[in-house]
Amino acid sequence: MSTTLPPPRTEERVNYLNVDYGWKSWLFTTDHKRIALLYLFSITAFFFVGGVFAGLMRLNLLRPDGMFQHDTYNKLFTMHGIIMVFFFLVPSIPATLGNFLLPIMIGARDLAFPRINLLSWYIYIAGGLFAIGAIVRGGVDTGWTFYAPFSSSYSNTHVILAAIGVFVSGFSSILTGLNFIVTVHKMRAPGMTWGRLPLFVWAHYATSLIQVLGTPVIAITLVLLGLERILRAGIFDPTLGGDPVLFQHLFWFYSHPAVYIMILPGMGVISEIVACYSRKSVFGYVFVAASSMAIAVLGFFVWGHHLFVAGQSMYASMVFSFLSFFVAVPSAVKVFNWTATMYRGSISFDTPMLYAFGFIGLFTIGGLTGLVLATLALDVHLTDTYFVIAHFHYVMVGGMVLAYMGGVHFWFPKITGRLYPEYWARIAAVIIFIGFNLTFFPQFILGYLGMPRRYATYAGEFQVLNVMSTMGASILGLGYVLPLIYLSWAWFKGPKAPQNPWGAKGLEWEAAPSPPPTLNFEVPPVVTEPAYNYAGEVEVG
Amino acid sequence: MGLLFPPRASTGAGQVDALYGYLLVVCGVMTLLIFFFVVFFAMKYRRRDPNERPRAIHGSIPLEITWSVIPFLFMLVMFAWGTKLYFGNYIPPKNTLDVYVTGKQWMWKVQYPGGQREINELHVPTGQAVKVILASEDVIHSFYIPAFRLKHDVVPGSYQTFWFQPTQPGRYHIFCAEYCGTNHSRMIGWATVMDPAAYADWLAGAAPAANLAQMGEKLFEQYGCITCHVTDAPKRAPSLTNLFGHPVQLDGGGTVIADEAYLRESILNPGRKAVKGYKPDVMPVYQGQIDEEGLLQLMVYIKSLSETRTGAKP
Repeated sequence: MSTTLPPPRTEERVNYLNVDYGWKSWLFTTDHKRIALLYLFSITAFFFVGGVFAGLMRLNLLRPDGMFQHDTYNKLFTMHGIIMVFFFLVPSIPATLGNFLLPIMIGARDLAFPRINLLSWYIYIAGGLFAIGAIVRGGVDTGWTFYAPFSSSYSNTHVILAAIGVFVSGFSSILTGLNFIVTVHKMRAPGMTWGRLPLFVWAHYATSLIQVLGTPVIAITLVLLGLERILRAGIFDPTLGGDPVLFQHLFWFYSHPAVYIMILPGMGVISEIVACYSRKSVFGYVFVAASSMAIAVLGFFVWGHHLFVAGQSMYASMVFSFLSFFVAVPSAVKVFNWTATMYRGSISFDTPMLYAFGFIGLFTIGGLTGLVLATLALDVHLTDTYFVIAHFHYVMVGGMVLAYMGGVHFWFPKITGRLYPEYWARIAAVIIFIGFNLTFFPQFILGYLGMPRRYATYAGEFQVLNVMSTMGASILGLGYVLPLIYLSWAWFKGPKAPQNPWGAKGLEWEAAPSPPPTLNFEVPPVVTEPAYNYAGEVEVG
Repeated sequence: MGLLFPPRASTGAGQVDALYGYLLVVCGVMTLLIFFFVVFFAMKYRRRDPNERPRAIHGSIPLEITWSVIPFLFMLVMFAWGTKLYFGNYIPPKNTLDVYVTGKQWMWKVQYPGGQREINELHVPTGQAVKVILASEDVIHSFYIPAFRLKHDVVPGSYQTFWFQPTQPGRYHIFCAEYCGTNHSRMIGWATVMDPAAYADWLAGAAPAANLAQMGEKLFEQYGCITCHVTDAPKRAPSLTNLFGHPVQLDGGGTVIADEAYLRESILNPGRKAVKGYKPDVMPVYQGQIDEEGLLQLMVYIKSLSETRTGAKP
C-alpha cells in the first residue's frame, strides 16, 4: 500500500450510498452501483442456499449407503446445480462487479439503459422466486441439465416451476449483456479507445456477446421441454416421436458457451489484480484481449463434446474433439501472459493477489483436465464420473469463485469506502484454497476409478476418498463464512478507505472517489494513456 | 483395485490407460512449469520497497507464438491418439458374440443368443470379442464398465452398440452412468469374465428351452406377423427371408440397408419407410405394443432368416 497518498477527507462527502437511505431509493434506483449491490446481496443469498445443498450432499456421501432417501439426494444435487449455475455463477461477476465497475472503468456516468438494468434485477428476482418456489413445494430431481425424456415424461417433481425460473432469469442475463455491449460501444470517455480498455471490460464485452446470442437458445429449449411435458408434443420423447439426443444438442448449445459466461469475467478480474499487485502493465495486452473474444466465438462450436457417448455420429465427435482442443489455446495464452506479467514486477501478497495466485493454479488444473475430457477415448471412460465433477469445479469454483472473491476484496474499498481487515482476509483465502483442493482433488481419482456422478449410494471401495472430500468441504464452508462475517463488519466499522488504497491504475481508482458519487465522477474524465500504465510511460506518437 | 486405476480386464483398458499416462505426463509438466514460474516470480520479484516502479514490458510476439504452438502440437497428439482408440470402439471385428442389454428403471436385463437371460449380471468369456447391443425401455441410461474403460448411453428409441474383448477373469462393476431417476445409484450389476471352458459350462447350466431366435419366432406368430410376412409368394407384405443386411427399395424412392435401426423402425412405425410395391398403411403400428426385450428377440429371429450376415453394420 502506498504511503504517499493524501490522508482521507474527514468530512463525509455525498456519495451513491449516503445520498438517500429510504427503501424506495434502493428498490427504484437506476444507479448501476446500487443495482450492483442489489445483485450482490441476492447472489450471495443464493450462493449460501446452493452451498447448504452441497454440504448436505457431502454429508450423505460420508457413507456408501448414504444417509438420505434417494429422492432427497437427487433433489439436493439438482437444486445445488440449478441455484449455483443459473442464480449464482452466471450473474456473479457481471451483474455485481461488472455492473458496478464497467461504466466507471470506461468513464461513463451509468450504463446505457439504466432502467433496463433495474428491470434485469427484477427479472432475476422473479426467476429466483420460481426456483425457490420449486424448492419449497418439494424440489426437482432432474439434474440441472434437465435431460429428456426423464424430465419431460418421467419425473414427478416440479420440473415446470424450476424450468420457468431458469427461463425467466435468462432474460435478466440477456438484458445485462445488451446493456454492456451498448455501453462499451457508445459511452466511452474521450480518449478511451478500444486499445485502452481495461481487460476487465474486454472480458465483459466477450461475455455479453455470449449472453445475448446464447441465452435465447436455452429459453427455446425449455419452452420445448414445457410443451412436451404439458401438452405431450413429441419433440424429445421417442414414444411420442421425438429425439432425446436433440435435447442434449440444444441444451449444450447454450450451456457450453454458458461455461464461458461463467469464467470470462473471472479472467477479466484476474488481469486487473495481477497488473495492480505486480505494478506492471499486462504482458501481451492485445493477446489477452483477443483471447477473450476468441473464447467467446470458439465456445459456440464445441457443444458436441458433451455427447461423445450419447449416440452422436463418431465423425461429429471427432470434429468436436478437435475444436475443443482449439479452444484450449486462448485459455492457455491468458495463463502464460498473467505469469509473464509478474516477471520483473513488484509483487505484493495482499489478499486479492493471493486469490489471483489461487486462480492461476486451480484454473490451470481445471483447464488441463479439460484436455483429458476432450480426448475422445478418455472421455468415454470419464464422462458422467466424478472426474467431470472435479474438472468443472476446478474451473467454476477454483476459477470463477476465487476470481469473484479476489474481485470483491480488491474493489471493496471502492464499493463501500472502507478497508477490510487484511489479516483475516488472508487467513480466509488460505482456508478456501486448502478446503477447495481437499474437496475436489480426490474426486479426480474417484472419477478415474469409475465412480459415476449423481450417485446417492456407492461401492464401498470409494469411501476413503469420499470422506476426504467431505472433510475438505467442511473446511471450504468455513472459508466462505469468514468473509461473510468480516466483510459485513468492515462495511460498517472498517477504517475509511482513501480513493486509491492499492495505488492501482484505472479510472475507477484514479478519477472516482471511494465510494463514488451517484454520477461516478466529480469531473468528467479524459483518458490520455494506455491501460495499466504503472511505469508512467509517455506514449510515443 | 489399484490406488489410481481400476482393474484392467479388456484389451482396450490398457490402451486407454497408456493414453491417460501420456496426458498425465504432458499436463503434469505444464502444471509444474506454471506453478514454478508463478512461485519463482512471486519470490524473486516480491515488493521490497513500497515505492518500486518496475519498467513496463509490453509483450513479445515470438513468445506468444511459441506458447500457443508448442502446447497445441502436444494436443494434436492427444486428439489423434484419442480419436484412433474411439473409432476402434465403434468398429467390431467379425464373429462377435452378441449380447443384448435392455436398460429400464432401474435394472439391466441381459439376453444371450442361446436364450439365456439374467438381470444385473453379464457373463462373458476371455479372448472373445463381445458386441453389446443396447436398448432402453424408458429414459436414457448409460452402460458403464470401468474395468473395460467403456461406457455408452442407452438411448430410448434407438440401438447403440459397443464392443470389447475381455482378458482377465474376475467380477467387475457395471454402473448406470446417466442419471435416470430415483434409484439411479442402484442400477448396478456385475460383469463376470470367465475363461472359455468355464463360460461354456455356465452357458450350458443356464440354457433355457428356446434360444433367442426361437423366442423371436414365437413372438412372430403371437403378434400375427406370420399371417402376412409369408415366405412364398408374398402379396400383402414383403418376405423377410434374406432381408437383414441387404438393401431395400423404399416406397417414396431411395434405398436403405435393412439394419437393426431400420427393422426396429419398420416394426414400430411401418408407414414411415414402407417397401416399394407395398401399401404403407396395411401393417398396424406396434409402437407401445412390444417391449424392448421382445423387439430384440424378433430382431434376432429376422436376422436368423438371412443365411449370410456379411455387410451388416450396426
